[in-house]
Parts: sequence; structure tokens; C-alpha cells
Amino acid sequence: MTAALLTLAATSGHPTIPDVGVFAVAAAIVIAGAVGVVVARNPVHSALMLVMTLFGVAVLFVLQQANFLAAVQVIVYAGAIVVLFLFVIMFLGVDREEDIRAEPLRGQRPLAIALVVLGTTGLLLLGQVSKWTTGQPSVAGSDTGAPNVNLLGKSLYTTYLFPFEATSALLIIAVVGAVVLARRPPATSAEDAVDETPTDDVVTDRTPGAPEAPGTPGAVTTGAVATPAGADVDPADTEVDA
Amino acid sequence: MSISPAWYLGLSTVLFAIGAVGVLVRRNVLIMFMCVELMLNASNLAFVTFARTLHDIGGQVLVFFVLVVAAAEVVVGLGIVVAIFRRRASANADDLHLMKG
Repeated sequence: MTAALLTLAATSGHPTIPDVGVFAVAAAIVIAGAVGVVVARNPVHSALMLVMTLFGVAVLFVLQQANFLAAVQVIVYAGAIVVLFLFVIMFLGVDREEDIRAEPLRGQRPLAIALVVLGTTGLLLLGQVSKWTTGQPSVAGSDTGAPNVNLLGKSLYTTYLFPFEATSALLIIAVVGAVVLARRPPATSAEDAVDETPTDDVVTDRTPGAPEAPGTPGAVTTGAVATPAGADVDPADTEVDA
Repeated sequence: MSISPAWYLGLSTVLFAIGAVGVLVRRNVLIMFMCVELMLNASNLAFVTFARTLHDIGGQVLVFFVLVVAAAEVVVGLGIVVAIFRRRASANADDLHLMKG
């Protein structure tokens, strides 16, 4: 793989020392963060490693004169998407260490890694023998060296105006869909009340002894709202018992 | 003269491969989502590289759309995860083998 890259790299001119340094550091950050996402046992650590990778990719965007996209990358990905991930992780309470050495399916990991290595090698070899371009003229406008934001904005609001407007519809649909999906179903019938029972058991498992806290017998029906108060009372109760 | 595009494309390939391994190997739904984000970032890096190499701003426009679609995908996907977790109390993909809730 490295040999193929070296032969590819040898076909162009010599880069300057600072460019090489910035690229090497950013590439190391990207790879380390990506490996960290995959091997971290705690989902919170995975999310933080994802931030590291996203910053590295943003640096590589700057290095290729895509300044606007680098800013959007940091704001949207590191600022919004990862925060959403962290919010859901902590909302669900799955921020526990998990044992990733246990293999649920025998032979799955070697097979997966072999498949990916095979596909990657094939892709690199394909890059060696094929041409990158089709020779078709550009429809989006050429990169004439004008400021990046000007070029991108002009292309977005002229050539790609309809897709740009369609993304607004997509975002609205996504917001409405998320609200509908994550909405708690109204517990009006007895069937819904039965469905809610496993959830209550999980809450009990996560904070053991919380519903048994003294002084809150009437607040049990309020569920999640009463849990912090119960959790505050509970340690003192166990200490007295001990 | 700046770095050769081949290095960026090689890095993008490696990043995509790591993300693909993560999706195939990990069983936690949230981490599988993060690995999908890694793969999207790898494609974004390749798009920006081609935009610079071919002097065509279309690659960067496409990255913009990928960002929007990724944001929408994460919002809906995490909504589904929350809805599943409310029923099943598990973020493990192996536990989700029934379409019935």
C-alpha cells in the first residue's frame, strides 16, 4: 500500500517542508483518532476521538484552500453532531465500559478486516491503472483562485440552487422525524402502561435502591423527575444501614 | 508546490477502511454511527482533494451537501436509537433482530 502511494506521489513536484510537516501531523491525528473511535471501550471516549479526527480533517481542508468547508466542518461536525452524540450517550446512560474482547460471532472480526483490506488494496490498485478524470467540462465553475467563499457561494446560489433549496426541506423533514421518533408515547391505555414497565425496571437497575428511598413514596409515580431527589437521599440511607 | 493529491487520497482510503472495519466489528449502535461519520469524512477529504486537483469548485459544493445529509442522518438515526432504547434498554445491534417493537 505504501509503495503504491509512493509511486503515485513521485509523479508530482516537490512539496515544501512546512506543508509536509502540517500534513504529516494532521494525518497522524486523523488516523489516531479514527483508530481510537473503533477501539475505545467507552462510547464517550469514542466521541472525543471522533472530535480529534474531525479537527484533523479540518486542518487538511485548510491545507487545500477549502477554508469555508474547514470552518463548517468544525462548527457543524465538532460543534453540533458530536454534541448530539454525547447528549444521546448520556441521555441513554450507556456511557459504561464494555468488553470488546468478547466476540459475538466467531470469526467475524478476521473476516471483516480481511474484506476491508482486500477492498482497500483493490481500490488503490484501481487508482494506479485508471484515469481520475473523464474529460467532461466543469459545470460548477472552475477554481480560479478567487476567495473560496465567493466561489462556493456563487456556485451554490446559481448552479446548485435547486439542490440547495431541497436540503432545507430535508432538514425540516429530519427535525420533524426526530421529534416524532423520540416522542414518548402517550400512556393512555393499559397496553401502553404494560410497555412502560421494562423501562422502569431499567431505571431501577441503573440506580439501585433509588425508588426505596424514604420520604418519597408519593413521588414514585412521577418517574424520572423524582429520580435525582431519590438518588440524593439514597447514599445517606445506605450509610446509615451500613 | 504543495502535497501531492495521492497522499490525500491514500489517507482518505485508510480513513474509510478504518470506518468500515468499525461498522463491521463494533456492536454498539452509537459507535457504528460514529464510524459511518468517519467514512463520510473520508469521502469529504477525497472530494476536496479532487476539487483542488481539477480546479473545480464542484467537489467542495458536494462536500457541503454531504455535510447537510450527514446532519439529517445523525438526527434521525439518534432518534431511532432513543426510541429503540426506550423499548429494549439496549444499544447492542445484536439484540435488535425483530422488526416488532
